[in-house]
Amino acid sequence: MVTKSKTRKKAKPAAEVPAEEPRTLRTSQSTVEVVSDSGEGAQTCGQIFGSVSAKMGNGVWTVEIIPAEIQPPPRIPAGASGNRIRIGSKPVTNWGDRTNLMVAFNEQVLLARHELDALEHDATVFVESMWKEHEDPEIQTAWKSAMKELSSANYRIIEVPMEEECLKVVEDPSRGKNMFALGLLCWIYDLDMELVRAQIAHKFRRKAKEIYERNVELLDLGSAWARENLDFRIEVPRHPSDAPMVVMNGNQAVALGAIAAGMELAAMYPITPATSVSHHLGEIFEKFGGVLHQAEDEIAAAGVAIGASYAGKVAFTITSGPGLALKTEFLGLAVMTEMPLVVVDVQRGGPSTGLPTKVEQSDLLAAIFGQPGDTPHVVIAPATIEECFHSMVTARRIAEAFRTVVIVLTDANLATGVQPFPRPQMDPSWQGTLPDMTPVPEGTPPYDWDPRTGLSDRVAPGRQGGMHTVTGLAHDSWSRVAYASAIHQQASDMRSRKIAVLQQTLEPPVVNGEESGDLLLVGWGSSKGAIEEAVERARAENRSVSSLHLTFLSPLPPGLKRIFRRFRKVMTVESNYSDHPQAPFITPENRRRGQLCWLLRAHTLVDVDCWTRVIGEPLRPGAIHDVIRAQTPEVQEPE
Amino acid sequence: MSCSLLSLVQGDDRNYELSDYEGARARWCPGCGDHSVLAATQRLLTEEQLKPESTVFVSGIGCSSRFPHYMKTYGFHGLHGRALPVGSGIKLHRPELDVFVVMGDGDCVSIGAGHWVHAIRYNMDMVALLLDNEIYGLTKMQTSPTTPAGYSTNTQPKGTYLPAMNPLEATLGITNASFVAQTVEWLVPHLYATLKAAYHHKGFSFVRILQRCPHYTEDLFLKYVQDPSLVEMLEHEDGISVPELDGRLEHRLPHDPRDLDGARHLAQANDKVRIGLFYRDESNPRYEETRSLPAYTAQEKIALLDEELDRYAV
Repeated sequence: MVTKSKTRKKAKPAAEVPAEEPRTLRTSQSTVEVVSDSGEGAQTCGQIFGSVSAKMGNGVWTVEIIPAEIQPPPRIPAGASGNRIRIGSKPVTNWGDRTNLMVAFNEQVLLARHELDALEHDATVFVESMWKEHEDPEIQTAWKSAMKELSSANYRIIEVPMEEECLKVVEDPSRGKNMFALGLLCWIYDLDMELVRAQIAHKFRRKAKEIYERNVELLDLGSAWARENLDFRIEVPRHPSDAPMVVMNGNQAVALGAIAAGMELAAMYPITPATSVSHHLGEIFEKFGGVLHQAEDEIAAAGVAIGASYAGKVAFTITSGPGLALKTEFLGLAVMTEMPLVVVDVQRGGPSTGLPTKVEQSDLLAAIFGQPGDTPHVVIAPATIEECFHSMVTARRIAEAFRTVVIVLTDANLATGVQPFPRPQMDPSWQGTLPDMTPVPEGTPPYDWDPRTGLSDRVAPGRQGGMHTVTGLAHDSWSRVAYASAIHQQASDMRSRKIAVLQQTLEPPVVNGEESGDLLLVGWGSSKGAIEEAVERARAENRSVSSLHLTFLSPLPPGLKRIFRRFRKVMTVESNYSDHPQAPFITPENRRRGQLCWLLRAHTLVDVDCWTRVIGEPLRPGAIHDVIRAQTPEVQEPE
Repeated sequence: MSCSLLSLVQGDDRNYELSDYEGARARWCPGCGDHSVLAATQRLLTEEQLKPESTVFVSGIGCSSRFPHYMKTYGFHGLHGRALPVGSGIKLHRPELDVFVVMGDGDCVSIGAGHWVHAIRYNMDMVALLLDNEIYGLTKMQTSPTTPAGYSTNTQPKGTYLPAMNPLEATLGITNASFVAQTVEWLVPHLYATLKAAYHHKGFSFVRILQRCPHYTEDLFLKYVQDPSLVEMLEHEDGISVPELDGRLEHRLPHDPRDLDGARHLAQANDKVRIGLFYRDESNPRYEETRSLPAYTAQEKIALLDEELDRYAV
């Protein structure tokens, strides 16, 4: 809790505030939100706050609050835009439950967050006061009714004359309030202003120097206002790490990971929330000899990547659910021709256009089974920002060694989440090697399948004596079109066998917690941090619960059935749809289950249950904790 | 990734015969125009002495898309309508390869029309052949975008409803078009000369080849085959010249291939078939050159990436 004050306190003019020393509230974790209308810069403010906190030794997890439109009308709840930053004394693995301290640029975006149950009941809220006595009577009325609704909560609301203050420095405060807000937060959380200024300088590196200076003035103004007017500060003890760390979001990690993996061509078509991977690549890829190709559509992006992979180094394409659907036919072709290809799917809410900016894990079954015909390939899901980086190296290696498609499933939570992690120790072997260009020995077919493993070496154009035509039609080892049933059976065996060989190299996943017990939660992807935090809370209450997190979804790792049997109940926790078991018409027979749940039931024949939500926000550890409590026997609450 | 070093090591004294380019035995119907295009292409490769291992034929799906299988080069027989993205990916990543893309009319101007439009804009140095028999053959006689209005097909038995699309007009309308030609498979010298000019053009060479389908549309081009006066040949000193046709094709139209407006005018449909070079401009930017970058070693890239990580350092 950030404030011990239980009484609501209105803002006071600066002169009335007693000049006493502020109290410093110590807490192990604190969640901050900065929310504005779109375009007012709350995101920049939140990003800098998160990144400097990380640099100073706090655990950090940042998520973006994004409206679906670029420029929604001002002062509407749906336009709320900003960042939520959870900082802690220890590493922070997820966005947490509710916000402790908020800076809102108007009362409507505050109301929106309140209605989404985003705030702790005793949260401290700073709100821009200019709307209270605005010349437009409608705005005044809106303010009054918002405040009335908010009065039901026990927030400590502090009105801040942001506009009035900023006018001291700039003519148009709508472009500067975010720096004022940042200054306010810097004072409350005692951030190193040197580091903050460096971040501002980086942000405006392409702008005139005066712009940087103006922003720093506003920053100092916010900080000074806080010093003069606030009676509290918050300390989240910091533990600067000796090991070198980096801080970035998941899409940046994917972009850098792809470069580390030695890939030199990315083909894409803009789609939220995947596009920012290409923004990062667009900025730096050419320095590494890499080409970011923006294709005419999602299908062409897959085709260009496959063409490039066929001719040389493994290429990749970046998309989200609707784009994955469009690429489906090409994925089947890549599997059929055994063409290495990496596909990054940054999942969003679906089906159809769905919730473009919001998180969901609904593409799992489409990724594994979406391609007509038998298309054995690989699907992996990083669970953290760090894994987003390393999974690109893994994906490229598997795609190349097994001559197949590897789909990397991240999601909007990872894409925009910002987290510090150990700096990758770069290894040139991650880059892979150039395709073999030596002449092909006579009598060597282009699909020289090892009959046991199905593996064969790729024959790329340029190799003398290796001329052949790859085809999406059924073909024999010479890539000759073949309709004979035995040949199709054999080629299908070979393509499938490779995946079994890969599966044999995987280790059984490690259980988080005891190896047996009442309840095992199974998750995949970005929900790992929230699940493990919930498990930790429940174990502190002596509940018998463990969790298991899967990185390989296809093939599944070995040993799952053996692990599941040691628990009284196994249940997946996922951000996708399942019918509530008590909903009208729902029976155990017709109930539609979570996507991993379907998969695990089919795979292990264990009666795996699920708890899933499609609420367009990352799962909260508190909600998962409630599920654990409902599913495990009552225990004596520890003293 | 250049193959030039490889060639040096191995010496470059190989001499290729026509048979060096012959792949599997073509299984098109007897009398199909595809045979003629295949033969002319193999002759072109022999004449130009293209290295089979450095040449890639990319196709989509349809009768004509079996083409790569019948060549003894590298080949990519992919998806219906999607030959151009695959060809673009190959050329973008390995610009030193000679890329030919072979498409049917359904492939190029129907299901793959979006890729066709954009491939013209990319203007990558490759030869794109539209083998246009004005019908879907492999799937047994459905209407194609280029089927003449009124022509009866299995999907439109009362006659094709819409006026036929004119791929030349469309191509000439797209920004960055750099080579647009039309030929017919039954005038082999013209076909060959057109392929040769297309191969030598630096940029995206779009060649529409009118071709007979003896099985479904035998009658469509019959009058043009039987009456050469219905075929008009564009003529210019910078155009495609075919001395073998002197005396055989009487109708000549003077046309400077630099004249885009003239080309668009000439491309408009009438009751004649016009063959020759409609437009050529080698000054247009080529995407694979615009995007060309120096190569780095793994060690260099890893060192650079480590520097890049400093930006994210805590």
